[in-house]
Amino acid sequence: MPRRKVLEDELKSLMGDIMRLGEKVNQAMLDAIEALKKRDIAEAERIIAADKEINALRFEIERTALVVIATQQPLAHDLRILASILDIAGELERMGDYAKGVAKINILMGDKPLLKPLIDLPRMVEIATNMLKDALTAFSNDDAEAARSIPQRDDEVDALYNQIYRELITFMIQDPKTIDQANYLLWAAHNVERLADRVTNICERTVFDATGEIVELA
Amino acid sequence: MQPETAVVKVSAGAQPAAAEADTKMLINGVSVYYKAFRAIKEIDLPVYENRVTAFIGPSGCGKSTLLRSLNRMNDLIPGARLEGEVLLDGENIYAPGQDVVDIRRRVGMVFQRPNPFPMSVYDNVAFGLRLLGLRKKSVMDEIVERSLRAAALWEHVKDNLGQSGMALSGGQQQRLCIARAIAVEPEVILMDEPTSALDPVATLTIEDLIQTLKEKFTIVIVTHNMQQAARVSDFTAFLSMDDDRAGYLVEYGPTMELFTNPRKKLTEDYITGRFG
Repeated sequence: MPRRKVLEDELKSLMGDIMRLGEKVNQAMLDAIEALKKRDIAEAERIIAADKEINALRFEIERTALVVIATQQPLAHDLRILASILDIAGELERMGDYAKGVAKINILMGDKPLLKPLIDLPRMVEIATNMLKDALTAFSNDDAEAARSIPQRDDEVDALYNQIYRELITFMIQDPKTIDQANYLLWAAHNVERLADRVTNICERTVFDATGEIVELA
Repeated sequence: MQPETAVVKVSAGAQPAAAEADTKMLINGVSVYYKAFRAIKEIDLPVYENRVTAFIGPSGCGKSTLLRSLNRMNDLIPGARLEGEVLLDGENIYAPGQDVVDIRRRVGMVFQRPNPFPMSVYDNVAFGLRLLGLRKKSVMDEIVERSLRAAALWEHVKDNLGQSGMALSGGQQQRLCIARAIAVEPEVILMDEPTSALDPVATLTIEDLIQTLKEKFTIVIVTHNMQQAARVSDFTAFLSMDDDRAGYLVEYGPTMELFTNPRKKLTEDYITGRFG
């Protein structure tokens, strides 16, 4: 039996919970954009309801991590992992709120059709969710090098966001009646953009976890 | 194996940087032998003034030997011999002509088990002062009170200073020993696992006391309890045992850094409980 088996089992289990939380959040954002694309209100309502599970899992992770800190007195790398887990659980929960935000926008848009078929937004969400997936893999592998490189991809997300912004502004200028709808779409894009920003925070935690250095990436 | 000792950088916040503190003692290439056996080898380490320095490491790594070399306590062990030098305010305490009694007054010690003398609380604290030739009752009364206050014991014993020191609880006995140590106004206090015989509440009282004592004294503590080192010390030295069973310094640095991000894998393994 390895030394500190209880602590190691707890850390492994918490890491598994973080991965599970990450998958739920990722799927929620993908589903939210897909529902928007299809203007599927029922699906949007399901996503909003499912956000409660994300919040519950976040608090469960927090509670478990605090119990491990209190009972196992972790130090050094063990302590850094736990501090990172607490932080990342919070980041993921906020990302879940962005998915919920997109679903809410879908409902607010009511029965009006989309101004135009969504093209850039699904591309944006694909990059952002892949970044999140890769960031969590880097975290679970304690891979500082991968974590340092991931935030660079945020530039593509920002570029797409700016493109969407310019396009929607053009709509609004050409026809002020589109302002409401254009604004909703801009808001949805902003939610995706914020999700990608928060991936950087996870990467910063991973570098801290692996090296003990607190760095600002991107 | 090269120990790393040149750490002075501490980020802003909880703990004071070495850069702001003067070096009170300096352990310079110290090896201690018990007859032919080398117990510790080639240790270099600073002890900063008004800071708490902790020595941690597995059993038998030489922590207590190193601690006892700081006030020549090892001289009392037949066959013990020291190489290297230990500086106190820049002067080698092992240099010929040094007055060992004076060194031990300047560098006091508190032991693992509370060891009050079988006499009254008052006489326990006054003991060292009398040895130093102090006779005047009013001065004695004042120093006894001041020492008991500094050891957070005055309130408990002021109404019955004549009671036997042995009648106090374990935690109070240890505080009495601390009062006895500080009565002679040492500059450095060495503590060899001062709480290992105490219950958790008494332990925390002593730990709090250490935090107040460091304002006046420089403290070096040996502890088996890593959480204690993390709680009370500003700097930590981690010692381990080499293949020849001699203790050596693995890593030294600000406690905060050593416990959150040690530079050596051996330190990491030890403080996280994977070895030792």
